[in-house]
Amino acid sequence: MTFLQFMFYFFSAVLVFAATMVITIRNPVKAALFLVLAFFSAAGLWVLLEAEFLAITLVLVYVGAVMVLFLFVVMMLDVNLVRLREGFGEYLPIGGTVAVLMVLEMSIILGSRHFGLNRFPVPPGHSAGFSNTRELGLQLYTVYVYPFEIAALILLVAIIAAIALTMRKRPRTKHQDPGQQVRVRHEDRVRIVKMIAEKKG
Amino acid sequence: MTFAVPNIVPAMPEIFILAMACAILILDLFLDDSNRHVGYLLTLATLVGAAVLTVRSFHHTAVYTFNHMFVADTLADVIDLAIYGMTFFVLVYSRRYLRERGMFRGEYFVLALFGVVGMMVMTSATHFLTLYLGLELLSLSQYAMVAFQRDSSLATEAAMKYFVLGALASGMLLYGMSMLYGVTGSLDIGVVRQKIEAMSHGNVVLIFGLVFIVVGLAFKLGAVPFHMWIPDVYQGAPTAVTLYIGTMPKLAVFAMIIRLLVGGLQGLSASWQEMFMIMAVLSMALGNLIAIAQTNIKRMLAYSTISHMGFFLLGIVSAGPAGYGAAMFYMLVYASMSLGGFGMVILLSRAGFEADTLDDFRGLNQRSPWHAFIMLLLMFSMAGVPPTAGFYAKLLVFQAIISAGYVWLAVVGVLLSVVGAFYYLRVIKLMYFDAPVDSSPIRVDADLQLMMGINGLAMIAVTPWVGALVNLCSQAIRSIS
Repeated sequence: MTFLQFMFYFFSAVLVFAATMVITIRNPVKAALFLVLAFFSAAGLWVLLEAEFLAITLVLVYVGAVMVLFLFVVMMLDVNLVRLREGFGEYLPIGGTVAVLMVLEMSIILGSRHFGLNRFPVPPGHSAGFSNTRELGLQLYTVYVYPFEIAALILLVAIIAAIALTMRKRPRTKHQDPGQQVRVRHEDRVRIVKMIAEKKG
Repeated sequence: MTFAVPNIVPAMPEIFILAMACAILILDLFLDDSNRHVGYLLTLATLVGAAVLTVRSFHHTAVYTFNHMFVADTLADVIDLAIYGMTFFVLVYSRRYLRERGMFRGEYFVLALFGVVGMMVMTSATHFLTLYLGLELLSLSQYAMVAFQRDSSLATEAAMKYFVLGALASGMLLYGMSMLYGVTGSLDIGVVRQKIEAMSHGNVVLIFGLVFIVVGLAFKLGAVPFHMWIPDVYQGAPTAVTLYIGTMPKLAVFAMIIRLLVGGLQGLSASWQEMFMIMAVLSMALGNLIAIAQTNIKRMLAYSTISHMGFFLLGIVSAGPAGYGAAMFYMLVYASMSLGGFGMVILLSRAGFEADTLDDFRGLNQRSPWHAFIMLLLMFSMAGVPPTAGFYAKLLVFQAIISAGYVWLAVVGVLLSVVGAFYYLRVIKLMYFDAPVDSSPIRVDADLQLMMGINGLAMIAVTPWVGALVNLCSQAIRSIS
């Protein structure tokens, strides 16, 4: 076993382990952290495939931004896990059986007979100055410009949908208006009222 | 590396709708609530403009652009035109409904237009990537539209179910595509087709990928056993949104099936024929039988959709140009019937009241004979009673399947359509022979009244032009194979 193969199996094992933990562990914060581990291992696999740019983007975007946000959400929301897990044990036998069968059937087809190394020759190596990022950019903005634009459109729809579904103006919400706070005059704060002293009763 | 700027002229309608959607989005910020109809009217104008652009540049021969990822041909043009027309109807139908439920906002129309762009991308896709992205653009707009009435727990639940199952279906589709890519080494549907034709028959990985693709397509279509989301989503979504998701997207999925399976995987037709055969029989049986037990008309129409998808699949199963043409005609007729059916539910609804149970249709004839007559035409057409459009659609599909040599399928189909006739006729019986439960007068705006009349009468008035329409469909199919 070469070092490269060892690394591949190592990252794959960690990836599968972390992915399983994400869905089985009870604590949602730990589950999110395991997802970070899963992304990291996937990034490792991509580095082995010489897709350095994608690997770094995965770490930067998913681990650095998305998962941190996600952790915030998980910590802020008081998710009732007991209710989420209702029926888990009940459906486990049938779900587990189907899943194991599917994995077995898929492994028969996806084994080395159809996807072995003899079917996929090693791609030629790159010269010293090869830049992954440059090649990706060239492809993305020329050949794949149309899918790229549609992907941008999908993001736009996501933004519109998220705003339309979450932004609400409640007329009676209590909130501060900094503009009014700044413009306040002392007459607004204290009102001096003249009144006749009352008799002691 | 040299780079030729792609020819964007064939994609002009898409670009026009996209630009208008963005413009409406910005414009809507400057409108107050009393002027919301400006966005609505602009949306309708956009659809008309796109139709004019498409008609003016109608393609009789295929034009490829964007590095062979986009095609403008007869199939794309015909389906795009149908999509514009139906979206126009959908928006006119839902105007009052949206206003009464606080959904008459710019974002709704913008999402509807983005959904239309997604469908257009799907109809003109010749690349796995664009096909998938178009589908996602459409689906994302639909999820948001279903959840638009966010204070309704029913709508939120429907949106959640739709989102989760839709994501699952997209995952299946992508996995299947990745398998095909693994075998053929290309994402271009044309190249995939050539590679498959050169390959030996019975390549296991190809079939494996095909299974996932068919599952993904069946999910989007709502064919049994991947139909579970249809009744819940149709019932839970606001009726205006049900109207949207129940009509045009089916046409887009039809285009997707043709592009993927006929355009790309015709070499595997023997395999997908069998898969669709099972789904067609199950859909016709389950859809028609369960619809009988429904008391909610939106749910009943949802099960009727499932059964119609079964009939539609018969055309695909026959795996020949005549069958695809018949399937296309079926889908067009189905979409217009569904448009009318859900449109009627909207017409009878008013502020704070949803006419979504069968009881709401009781004695409609006494309340408004004209509307009862329109509904009668729609129900006859759905049941396939001659001389309505629904009859010709079923007839053509059965003809195709018999000439493909599956007489037993046609027999099963005819028997099950008789079962289906029961619940369509029950609606007619409720309307004409029962006393009304609620005798409040029906208040209908002139625009809705007019469009609904056109929609209902089209079911029977189209009869002289059925031949021309079928010709158009087969011409569209010829443009691809």
